[in-house]
Amino acid sequence: MSAVSGLQIPQEMADAMLAQARAEYPNEACGVIIGREGKAERLKPMFNAAASPTFYEFDPKDLLALYREVDDNDEEIIVIYHSHTETEAYPSRTDISYASEPGAHYVLVSTREEIAPATEFRSYRIINSVVTEEPVEFIR
Amino acid sequence: MSATVEVRIPTILRPFTKEQKLVSATGADLAAVIADLEAQYPGLADRLLENGVLRRFINVYINDEDVRFIGSLTAQLKSGDSITILPAVAGG
Repeated sequence: MSAVSGLQIPQEMADAMLAQARAEYPNEACGVIIGREGKAERLKPMFNAAASPTFYEFDPKDLLALYREVDDNDEEIIVIYHSHTETEAYPSRTDISYASEPGAHYVLVSTREEIAPATEFRSYRIINSVVTEEPVEFIR
Repeated sequence: MSATVEVRIPTILRPFTKEQKLVSATGADLAAVIADLEAQYPGLADRLLENGVLRRFINVYINDEDVRFIGSLTAQLKSGDSITILPAVAGG
């Protein structure tokens, strides 16, 4: 996995993620960014099979297809993202308990309206239930 | 009849398999394969099962099929089948 600390993400991917989160409101939106050698290359929105304002889950069939695709292309999942609809962009207890990709950046975006969008995009490592926030650099 | 199958291990469980991504196991059904995996890699079964059933947030596939639709632990196996284990990507 990448030795670079923090997440570097193209601005347009971050914008697309926030737009998806707003479009799927009031349900949580989710997806991944796929790339190589730690570099974010393509955004892949995923269907939230839970269709819930408080929960997200990739559809199991989509999940298998995703991992096959990534494996076949010698790629990796760089970012796993989802939205929080009414709470801050910080991992919930369930986010922490289900986090199972120690190499991925877990990105949270929040669609709650009272906070400016710039403060609503945050990234974390979640390893063995330990959450570590990391800096995010938006690349233009 | 016992079948020999290959099992794809997700990153999070590779500490149990000496970091191997692909391992081999035998068994006539999924329960038997998990028992064989546990014999080879102690501790692995507990990460897959809870109270004797597959954990809610662990997905297991035989070839392209989610085992929940083909009998879960009683899903039958034949030699050459490919099992993939993937933790759910989920949260709140």
